[in-house]
Amino acid sequence: MTESLQSAPGPFFGEFGGRFLPEALMAALDELTDAYDKAKVDPSFTVELDRLARDYTGRPSIVTEIPRFARHAGGARIFLKREDLNHTGSHKINNVLGQALLTKRLGKTRVIAETGAGQHGVATATAAALMDLDCVIYMGEEDTERQALNVARMRLLGAEVVAVKTGSRTLRDAINEAFRDWVANVDSSNYIFGTAAGPHPFPAMVRDFQRVIGVEAREQMLALGGLPDAVLACVGGGSNAIGSFDAFLDDADVRLIGCEAAGDGIDTDRHAATLTKGSVGVLHGSRSYILQDEDGQTIASHSISAGLDYPGIGPQHSWLKDIGRAEYWPVSDTEAMDAFRLLCRTEGIMPAIESSHALAGAIKLGRELGPEATLLVTLSGRGDKDVEQAARWFAMMPGEDA
Amino acid sequence: MTALGDRLDQIKAEGRSALIGYLPVGFPSVEGSARAMQEMVAAGVDIVEVGLPYSDPVMDGEIIQLAAESALARGTRVSDVFTAVRAVVEAGAVAVVMSYWNPILQYGPARFADDLLAAGGSGVILPDITPDAGSGWAEVAATRDIDTIHLVALTTTTERMHLTCQASSGFVYAAALMGVTGERSSIGGGVEELVGRARDAGAPRVCVGLGVKTGEHAAQVARYADGVIVGSALVRCLADHPDDLEAGIAALRATTRELAAGVRGHV
Repeated sequence: MTESLQSAPGPFFGEFGGRFLPEALMAALDELTDAYDKAKVDPSFTVELDRLARDYTGRPSIVTEIPRFARHAGGARIFLKREDLNHTGSHKINNVLGQALLTKRLGKTRVIAETGAGQHGVATATAAALMDLDCVIYMGEEDTERQALNVARMRLLGAEVVAVKTGSRTLRDAINEAFRDWVANVDSSNYIFGTAAGPHPFPAMVRDFQRVIGVEAREQMLALGGLPDAVLACVGGGSNAIGSFDAFLDDADVRLIGCEAAGDGIDTDRHAATLTKGSVGVLHGSRSYILQDEDGQTIASHSISAGLDYPGIGPQHSWLKDIGRAEYWPVSDTEAMDAFRLLCRTEGIMPAIESSHALAGAIKLGRELGPEATLLVTLSGRGDKDVEQAARWFAMMPGEDA
Repeated sequence: MTALGDRLDQIKAEGRSALIGYLPVGFPSVEGSARAMQEMVAAGVDIVEVGLPYSDPVMDGEIIQLAAESALARGTRVSDVFTAVRAVVEAGAVAVVMSYWNPILQYGPARFADDLLAAGGSGVILPDITPDAGSGWAEVAATRDIDTIHLVALTTTTERMHLTCQASSGFVYAAALMGVTGERSSIGGGVEELVGRARDAGAPRVCVGLGVKTGEHAAQVARYADGVIVGSALVRCLADHPDDLEAGIAALRATTRELAAGVRGHV
């Protein structure tokens, strides 16, 4: 019997992962790992997390078939896993509630987090309000400009939002700044990391907290008639994708497809297609594929989607790519925005621009496989935060001709 | 033993502590930084920590971040670090390279070590590599006469203190505060105890950095450490005079002299 690929514990996934960070953070990372290892087998933790998932987040999230959209995708049957319907509007809350509960167990009173699109920041600010924790969110200055509404949401929830002005002024600089804060305030503060990347224990822990997506969806698909031919999800750092994939890893007939941001195109220098165009290196505490130059300097990524605009990727994805268990497809800004509009107009569902990358992947795969195929797409978030950006893209702002 | 250990022992025999000065290569230019390092040596720095600019320096505060960003924007390459190392050695000081891991990883750790030794360098300080990270550096260093300097922090547990001090050579870098590089108004509490813990765990020598700014700070740390490491306060001298290298170097000389007097107990 082949060994299960599910719930791989880390710190290494094949040659990827690990913990490449200053000694000053090692005690905190060990403490967090230890607290998590105990919590995950402690009913007082798991029961409380399940209760919050049910009574606060609104789990289980539903699965919606989208037949009118599917007509444009080769007639394949397509189902959406509706993480967009979670409280706060994305999958991020699944992870944040787990890490915020851990923070309480550690006896810490302050949380810090990085955010790109603002979804993780909003979720963290929400959990901090719920659990009476002080909250500081680091966000690249460029992202605060393209996601101004989410900045206001975090502030309304009582969080302090710090605009990071160094480097590329995007997600990766926000992560650098959050690590700097953590080193200085490690006694009082816990770092709630937003994606399944970074140093151990984050890749495995965040995956575990997001695993509920795939566990629910797998049962829901079986109840609807059988496993899908493929599961598709967008990947930035990769948390909703790994959460969607994990429960399907041992179903050899289910293709797993991560859709990464190709920006202006993978043959330009403006993209965030880490697995398609990157190479192996160390960034933000783990060994994985990254976008870098020959000197190992990180290259600035680009995507219309702030949430996918990251030059790294979670180490488990790098491993799944190398062992051939998952595929990673590049999806351009234009393809993603076309899929965004198509879902709005055919199904009355406005997806996040991040999730629209997975929808674009489904259109392509559906056309390839035809009407016999069944596809499951994780709709990781809703598009409310993206209205202004989408309206500009399609020239639909007042005064512009649509 | 490398030149680094020799020099530190010799300085200790003089009854004082060493002054270790950090500057990043490529700021304000490769030639400018090499010259600034030589001037720093002439003004009293014993050991130069040659910084390799990196795009994502999580251990660094604003001054060093901005200097690194500027150096990279001007096209500074990994190989430029060897130019600076040669200049430091020519000026009569010991050179060690401070670098985050990824640039060394992409250059090739063995090739990096060989090129550093060929340039006359003595060792490396690896801020984001701990001995148990699984980086493979220890295997590279084991077959070469090169020092590996690891960091210990106020939060380092006893078990990790032993691991780190046993894995280090040349000296152990004791971080004087929990935080990033940058000038502070005072030296944090608990540093002397940290140095003692490192010595008890077998550290060959212990040098203290992070937050050291003035001659008075240097004198205070010199009472219990083998070396005093200063970075941001020196980088600032150059950063304060962005378009005037001569003025920057004049400021650098003055600050270095104050620190050099500090490690000799003359405040």
